[in-house]
Amino acid sequence: MVERKTISGWGLSPRVDAEIFPAYFPSDLTQPKIPHPFIPQGSCRSYGDACLAKQVVSTLPLHNFLEFDPNRGLIKCEAGITLSNILSFIIPRGYFLPVTPGTKNPTIGGCLAADVHGKNHHKEGSIANFTEEFKLVLADGTKIRCSRDEEAELFWATLGGMGLTGTIYSATLRLKSISTSFVQTRTLKVKNLENLCNYFTDDRYQYTYSVAWIDTLSSQVGRSLLMLGEHADHTQVKRPSNMPIHSNKSWDIPFFFPNCALNSSSMRIFNTLYYNKQIRNETNKLIHYDPYFYPLDSIGSWNRIYGREGFLQYQFVVPFDGGRDLIRLILKKISERGVLSFLSILKTLGDESGGLLSFPKPGYTLALDIPLKNKSVIEFLSTLTKEIIDSGGRIYLAKDAIISKDDFIAMYPSHNEFRRIKKACDPHMSLRSLQSDRLGIT
Amino acid sequence: MKKRAVILGAKSAIARSLAVKLAAQGYELILAARNSQDLQPFASDLQIRYSSKSFLIDFDALNTNGLCSLPQRLEKLSGPIDLAILVFGYLGNHDQAEKDTNEMKKIFDSNFTSAAIILGHLANYFEEKEHGGIIGISSVAGDRGRQSNYLYGASKGALSIFLQGLRNRLQKKGIHVLTVKPGFVDTPMIKGVNGLFLVATPDRVAEDILRAYRKKRDVIYTPWFWRWILVFIRFIPERIFKRLSL
Repeated sequence: MVERKTISGWGLSPRVDAEIFPAYFPSDLTQPKIPHPFIPQGSCRSYGDACLAKQVVSTLPLHNFLEFDPNRGLIKCEAGITLSNILSFIIPRGYFLPVTPGTKNPTIGGCLAADVHGKNHHKEGSIANFTEEFKLVLADGTKIRCSRDEEAELFWATLGGMGLTGTIYSATLRLKSISTSFVQTRTLKVKNLENLCNYFTDDRYQYTYSVAWIDTLSSQVGRSLLMLGEHADHTQVKRPSNMPIHSNKSWDIPFFFPNCALNSSSMRIFNTLYYNKQIRNETNKLIHYDPYFYPLDSIGSWNRIYGREGFLQYQFVVPFDGGRDLIRLILKKISERGVLSFLSILKTLGDESGGLLSFPKPGYTLALDIPLKNKSVIEFLSTLTKEIIDSGGRIYLAKDAIISKDDFIAMYPSHNEFRRIKKACDPHMSLRSLQSDRLGIT
Repeated sequence: MKKRAVILGAKSAIARSLAVKLAAQGYELILAARNSQDLQPFASDLQIRYSSKSFLIDFDALNTNGLCSLPQRLEKLSGPIDLAILVFGYLGNHDQAEKDTNEMKKIFDSNFTSAAIILGHLANYFEEKEHGGIIGISSVAGDRGRQSNYLYGASKGALSIFLQGLRNRLQKKGIHVLTVKPGFVDTPMIKGVNGLFLVATPDRVAEDILRAYRKKRDVIYTPWFWRWILVFIRFIPERIFKRLSL
C-alpha cells in the first residue's frame, strides 16, 4: 500500500524520492506500521521543504466532517480535508473560513501546522485565533486533545509547529458568519511605497481584507494596486442567489514553461498591463469570493510557469518601526539585481497568535516569488535575510527552503521552548522533515 | 419510507463512494466491515452532509460462522433491507499464492466461497420478502484466465457465474441482481502495483454502478470501454492466447 513518488512543495524545489503511507482511518495514525522517522503531510502546498521527508504519512484520505454546530458556527473535521471542501459545505449554510491563505487547496491540518494568515491578519489574526481545539497523535501513538485549557503547551507548539510535534488528526474551527458569498472590493492605484504605507495606516482605509500587489520592476519603487474588501451583505448583492459556491474546474498548465518564457521584458509588459488594467484611480466592485481570495486557483499547476527548476517564495515580516525603509531598500535591491518576481504582495500584519513558531507579528510583510533558474540568487537572498534579522523581522517557515540554523535561531526567539516541548513529546525525533533537519530542530 | 442498503466490505474506496452517493439519494446505510469503528468518522460525515443515518457492524467475510442469520441480524439492527451490495474482495499476492496454500485459500474464500455463502443467505431473505436487490462487485479478471492473476480471476469468474445463477433464480420474484466488472480502480488494493493503465476513480465507478442498478442492467463493465477490451481479449483463440503474456 506504499507509494513511491518524487515529491516537492509548491515551489517544485527541492525534490525528494519518498515513500508515502496514506492514512485511511484514524487507527492508521497510531498503528506501528507507520515507519519512523516521518513527517505528516497534507496537500504539499507549503512552498519549500517543510512537508518533505524520505518517509511521509499522508493525511489526505482523512477528510470527514465530524461535527457541525450551525448555531454556534463550529465545525470539527479531520485534518486531511481541504479548505475547498470545507467552503463547499459551509457557504450554503451561511459561513466562511475565518482565515484563509491565497489558495483553497491546503488541508486544514496543514493550515494549523503553518498557523496560516490571510488578507485579514491585521484585524483578525491567524488561524490559531479561531482554533478551538485539535486532536494530536504523538510519535508514540497516543492521541491527545489540545486546546487553550488542555495541554496548552502542546497547543501553542503545534500551531505553527510545522508538523513536528505530532500528526494533527482533527480540528475544531470557529467560522465566520456571512450573508452573501460576495466581497465588496475597493481597488486603489498607488504611485509609490510611501503612499502605500500611508494608506495602510490611514483610518479611512481600514478594511477587513487588505493587500497590495506590487510592481517590482517599475522604476517607481512600490507602484502598486491596493485591494481592500469587506464581505458583502444582502443589500449589495442583486443576484438571484446570494450564496453561490466555487466550481472545481480549473485550467491546468500541463507542461513546464521554458526558461526563456519569463524574462524582464515579458514581465515588464505584464506588470504594466496589470497596473493599468484599471484606468481610474479607484474602483469599487462586487466580486465572488473565489476570484477574490483565490485568483490563482483557477489555473492548476501555475507553479510550472517558473520552469523545471522551480522557484522560492521569499516571505518576511519587518516591524513597523523602520520597516518602510527596509522594504524600500529590499525592493530596490531586487529590482537592481533583476530578480523577476511574478507575484509580489505587501500587506500589514497584526498581533502574534502565541504559536511558538508562528510567523506573523506586527509589521509589514512582503512576499516575493523568486525563480530558481540562477542558483546564485540564494546567496543574494541570504544577505537580505541578515538585514531582516537585524531589523527584528523574520521569514515564514511554510515558504522557506534556504535559511540557515543560525538565521532560524535569531528569528524565532521561542525556539528553545519549542525544542524542549518537542523533546518531551518526541524524544527519538521520529517526526522530522528536510526543513527541521536543516534548521537544527531535529 | 426510507430505503436501506447494506454494504459488505464498507471500508474499501469503491464502497465509500457508493455510500456517499446512496446517502445523497436518501438511503440509510449499514456499513459492514472489519473493525467497523474505523468508519465512525465516515458515518458522522454522512450524517452531517446528507442527514443520512448509518449503522456500523463488525463483519469478517472469512469467518463463516453465523452467516445464515446475518440478514436477520442486520434487520434487527436497522430495519428491513432493500439493497445489498457486496464490495469486499482480496487481490492477494499471486506469486506467493501459487506455492502457499493459505494464501491461495484466502483468495478463493474471500472472493468466492464467503461471498457466495453471504449472497445466498441474503437471496433467501429477499426471496421470502419478494423485495430487494443485489449488487455484486466481480472483476474483468474473471473473464479470462491469465498467468499473472488467474487465482484472483478464477474466484471472481466463479462469483460472476454465481451471480448469473442468482439473477436467473430471483428474477421471477422481482429481485434484481447486478454484476459489476470493474477494470483498474484507483484504490488501496492496487497502490504500488506497476504497469496499470486506464485507471478509473472510485467515484466514477460508483456512479456507473448506481446508474446501472437504476436502469436494471444485468452485467456492466466499468468504465464502459472495458467491455470492448474484454470482447477483444475473449476473442483471441486459446492456441494463441496461451503464448501471450498479457
